[in-house]
Order: sequence, then structure tokens, then C-alpha cells
Amino acid sequence: MAPPEPGTEIDGFRLGELMHVGTMAWVYRLLGTDGPLPLIMKIPRLGAGERAVNVVSFEQCRLVLGALAQGPHYPTLVAYGDVETTPYLVMEFVEGERLIEWTQRAPIPAPDIARIATALALALDEIHRQDVVHLDLKATNVIFRENGKAVLIDFGLSHHGHYPDLLAEEFRYPVGNWEYMSPEQILGIRCDPRSDIFALGGLLYELATGQQPFGRPQSMAHLRRRLYRDPVPPAALVATTPPWLQEIILHCLEVDNRRRYASAAEVAIDLANPGQIALTDRAVKRRRSSWTTTLFHRMSADRFVPAPCPPLAMQSSDAPIVLVAIDCMQGDEPLLEALREAVRRIAAVNDRCRIACATVVPPAAALEGEGEQATATGRHIKHLVTLRQWARPLELPEERLTCHVLESDKPAAALVDYATVNEVDEMLIGAPHRLASVRLFLSVAESVVRDAPCSVKVVRVPRHD
Amino acid sequence: MALFADIHSNLEAITACLHHARSLGADRFAFLGDLVGYGADPVAVLDLIERYAADGAVVVLGNHDAAAIGRDTGALNQNARTAITWSQGKLGASQRAFLAGLPLTVRQDDILFVHASAAVPEEWTYVSGAVEAERSMKAAAAGFVFCGHVHEQMLYYAGADGHPMPFRPVAGTPIPTARHRQWLAIVGSAGQPRDENNAACYALADLERARLTFFRVPYDYRQAAQKIRAAGLPERLAIRLERGN
Repeated sequence: MAPPEPGTEIDGFRLGELMHVGTMAWVYRLLGTDGPLPLIMKIPRLGAGERAVNVVSFEQCRLVLGALAQGPHYPTLVAYGDVETTPYLVMEFVEGERLIEWTQRAPIPAPDIARIATALALALDEIHRQDVVHLDLKATNVIFRENGKAVLIDFGLSHHGHYPDLLAEEFRYPVGNWEYMSPEQILGIRCDPRSDIFALGGLLYELATGQQPFGRPQSMAHLRRRLYRDPVPPAALVATTPPWLQEIILHCLEVDNRRRYASAAEVAIDLANPGQIALTDRAVKRRRSSWTTTLFHRMSADRFVPAPCPPLAMQSSDAPIVLVAIDCMQGDEPLLEALREAVRRIAAVNDRCRIACATVVPPAAALEGEGEQATATGRHIKHLVTLRQWARPLELPEERLTCHVLESDKPAAALVDYATVNEVDEMLIGAPHRLASVRLFLSVAESVVRDAPCSVKVVRVPRHD
Repeated sequence: MALFADIHSNLEAITACLHHARSLGADRFAFLGDLVGYGADPVAVLDLIERYAADGAVVVLGNHDAAAIGRDTGALNQNARTAITWSQGKLGASQRAFLAGLPLTVRQDDILFVHASAAVPEEWTYVSGAVEAERSMKAAAAGFVFCGHVHEQMLYYAGADGHPMPFRPVAGTPIPTARHRQWLAIVGSAGQPRDENNAACYALADLERARLTFFRVPYDYRQAAQKIRAAGLPERLAIRLERGN
């Protein structure tokens, strides 16, 4: 089937330039759209001579993009046509630098890698928190907006935990980009966010060395080789690779998903804080594993069973959600400890409850600056780190703790909104003793108590006077 | 269209589910068998469903229903037998006649309604995996098979190669059910959930927009359990409602 000519009208949309010819779809600019967004239309390549996976991928892309909450890390879906009659997707045209422009220049300096990969890791964390796994992460599928935020495009092979996985069919070969495909994905598992972390490790490797960690496999046997053969350590290819970067890359590329980072947010935090990473043997590795080790791994590879996919993040269940509002700016340690103590008491009574730590910061545009910490991403990370540090003494397992930086000028309203949207069961908020300087914060607690859709516990440090 | 299965004489549960479905705009109803058994309100539940049937609701026969009117349905566990024997004593001629008149399957447009597997409905085979789901879907030869018998909610969907794959639905999330695929939905038990969650199960099919949503509805399970105890039925049946297992 030939691509439609530019100028053709489909359901009132007029096709402009054919921007991209993929194996699965054609992508056109749209002409004469008056809305606030520049738009593109993606038309799946269907019919004789095309692959069956194309239609399924189209359905999946529509399903996932339609289900994602509106946000900066993926294109907004505007309209779609019926798969049986005129299949198409109309979505936001994301303008910006593509990741492929960086990989083509690789190896690139470590600080640049850290900056762009942090943005990418935050974007992955955002979709993972909505129970979506991208599963086709590659340099052509990532675009950076002008504000530095990463946008993931092409969700045609992705997985959404709330919907039937249309791609979990017996296609002959695993679908997706083989270069960075995770071991569990090769084995047919499509529900693990850690698969995206593996692919992120592959991209980091390529940015740092200019080479793919596992080459460009053309056969299943070659594809499976990564289950037992480790990649050449980046520092062996580019001697200037800093140990912290190699540590992150090899941590992402662990064969066993249990040994990888548990969340993309953790990768983002490490990338943004290289000085704080605890280095292991991974950081100093200079050559691949010995042939005896490889032989051992090869013999055990056939028996390798990846860890099961983690439970859904947004699964509505009887596990209550407790929102803890933390004021990162104040740094009132006794109050922060009192909040921790309140959480400990709740967690001790109910071992299924989930703790969401949130802090509210002014919107990024309000303090955009030149330095690393002043950029939106840098600041976001800094607050995430603060929240995680606050939560560390609680020793909660990863799946029971989430950290959120909410951007708003109105802290009380932002917290109430969060609690409403996420069906929070209980909220904890700290309130200092009444002092002139903290009058503003007291009013936050008061407003939250007035407007929250759930129980609110106001935590104070006992005063003995 | 609201879909209920395995109600098992639980008046509190089915009332809560019906209320929930009506509040979301349901105007057609289907009851997918096992209206009685286990619970303490067989007469009230049957009378309620008979009124819906008179208004055009789909109702099919389940194995507990068949047992309650003395048909041979194969082995039932001890507690189920005790409850059926007790129910038989409660049912009047009108309820028995209603049950006796129920079909094993109903076909409407592209939908097949059945209690267990559509392959051989009277054998009450559990659709407990992809193999049974495929047999049922093949026998049904319909775009949608709506059924119960297995108490946990599950959706099977046929892939490009025709083999069904299982999906455990997330309550409250509408699932697009494209018409070019074949679907088999086990709507879950309204009256006796067994997945460690004591909220009643049902599903809502929006046939016009091709969407299917599974729901969990909290209801007054204490009242239902208390009635089971008061009726002198086995304690295990009351505990099951309280714990949802």
C-alpha cells in the first residue's frame, strides 16, 4: 500500500509533508490546524505485504496514549480514527532536539550525559507511575523540549497494566528494538518497568562509548547472548568514563531484574548526584567476565527465571494511601522527625498501606535560571532527593513508598488536588508552633484541614513549657 | 448492560450492585446463573431477579440453581449441599417454576450468555485458563461470551492467531473491546467473592461504545453473614463473606 499523498483530507484533517516513513506507520504534518498545538497524523501501514503487528501496535498506541493523564512527557492525543475503517492518530507535534542527535555524536562528555539522561529517567518514572512500560526505548523515540524535559514518543509497543496487552501475542520474535531489549523482554515478559531501565542503560552506554553494549543482533541466538555475556565495560572503550557513570550504566544493565535499579526515579537521582553514589565493583571493572564465568552463566542462562513484574502502582485495592506533606524549604528537623514517627505508627498497624511523600514548590517558570540547580529538572531532582532522605529512616520497601514534587503557587490546593485525584485515604501534615515567621505555613495546614477529601492529621512537636 | 453472576442468595450484594449499575446508567441486565446456594435469601433474590426477567433481563441457569430444583449436577461440596438442601425447603412453587424455565444459554446479537463454559454448558466446566476459554469461545461463535461460575473476574481476548490470552481487570477502568476481536468475560461473583476482597463483583458492558468495565462494590456483608448464621447454615459460609476468601 502506498502512502497517501500530501494534501489528502482524512476526517477533516489535511495532510501536509510526509515527515517519517517507518516500518509500521507513516507520519504527516497536518496543515491548517487552528488549535494551540501543532499536530501530526500517524497512519499505520496496513494491508497486503504489511506486518500483522502494525495493526495491533496501532490499537495499543491509541489505548495507551488515550489512557495517560495529560503531561509534558508524552505527546497529547487529539483524535483517532476507527481501526476497522480509517485508522489514524492525530497528536501533538513535539518540537525539539532528538536523542539521536546526541547518540550520533557519541561519545559525549559525562556531564552532558547526566543532564539529558536525568530528564529521560524522569520521563520514564512518570509513565511507570501510571503503570505504563514503554518497551521500545531508543534514540529516535526521545525528544527534548526547549525546557529540557524529555518526551517519549511511539507507544506502539508499550504495555499498560490496566488494559489487556494486545501485543502479548505469539509473534514469532519479541517485538521492539533488539539493541537494548531487556533479558526478561526477550523471554516474553512485557509488564516490567525495569525493562525500560535496562534500555536506558543501553542508551547511556551508547552515549558514553559510541557503541551498542550488545551490538546489533540479527538472530535470536545473538539476541539471547546478553543473558550470559556481559558487555565490554565502558571505561575499557573510553578511558575517561568516570567510575560513577560506569556504575550507573552497569547497574541499569544487570541481567537479573532484581539486581537493577528498582525505579527510574532512583536512576535520575544518581545521575543528578554523581558525588553521592556508592560505588561497587561495577565502577572499577576494566574487562569482561572471564571465559569460565561466562561458561557458567551460559549454562545457567537456560534456567534463568526473571523476577515477576512488580505490583501495579495505581492498582486500586484495599491498601490505603497515606499522603505525607513535607515542607522541604523549612528544614525543621524535630518536626520532620515527628512526621516520621507518625508514619511509623501507621505503617506498624497496616503492613499494606502505601506512603506517598509530597512537597510543593513554586512552578518552574517562576525561577528559571542559568545554573544546574536552578533549572526545572535540577530543582525537581533536588527535592526528590530531600524527600527520599526524609523517608530513608522509615526503611519502607520500594513498592510502598513514592515521592512526588508538586509544582504550584498554592501549596494547600495542590495537596488537596493530589489527595482527590489519587484517592488518598489519610493525610499527614506538619504544623510548627505559632511563630511570626511560619504564619504562612500554618495557614496551609488550616486550608488543607478545611478542604481535604480525607482525614487529615496535623502533626506537631510536643512543647514542654 | 449490567452483568451479574454467582449471586448465591446474597440479597445485600445484588441490591448494592444493581444500585451501582443503575446509578451509572445501566438499562439492560443479565444474570449469569447461580442465583441461589450458599446464602440465606433465596426467595427474595429469586423474586427480585424474576421481576427483572419480566422486564426483559437475560437470566441463565447455573449449577446451584439446577441442584435446587433437584437436577443432577455432579459433585457439590459439603457446605454447598447443605445450603442447597436448606434452600429447597424455602423455595415455593413459583420460584421452582422460574428456575425450571431458565435456559442454559441465551444468544442476543453477537453475545452469548452462559453460566460456565459454552462448550458443553450442562457439564459446568470451569473456565479456569486459556485452554478452556478457547473451547468456550469457539463453541459460542460470538463476539462476546459473558459468563460466571469461576468467582474471580477475568477477561480473555483472542489475539491475531486466535488463541485467547488472560487479563486480570483493574476495577473501574473501562477496557475498549474492539469488535474485530473475540472476548470472553468472567464477570466475577456478586454474592460470594473469593479473592481476599469482600466487595461484590460485577461488570458493565457499554455495547454501543464497545467498552467493558469491571467493578467491585462494597456492600453490607455483615448483614448477609449474620443472616447465614441466623439461618443455621454452615459458619464457613458466613466467614467467607466477611473475609472474601
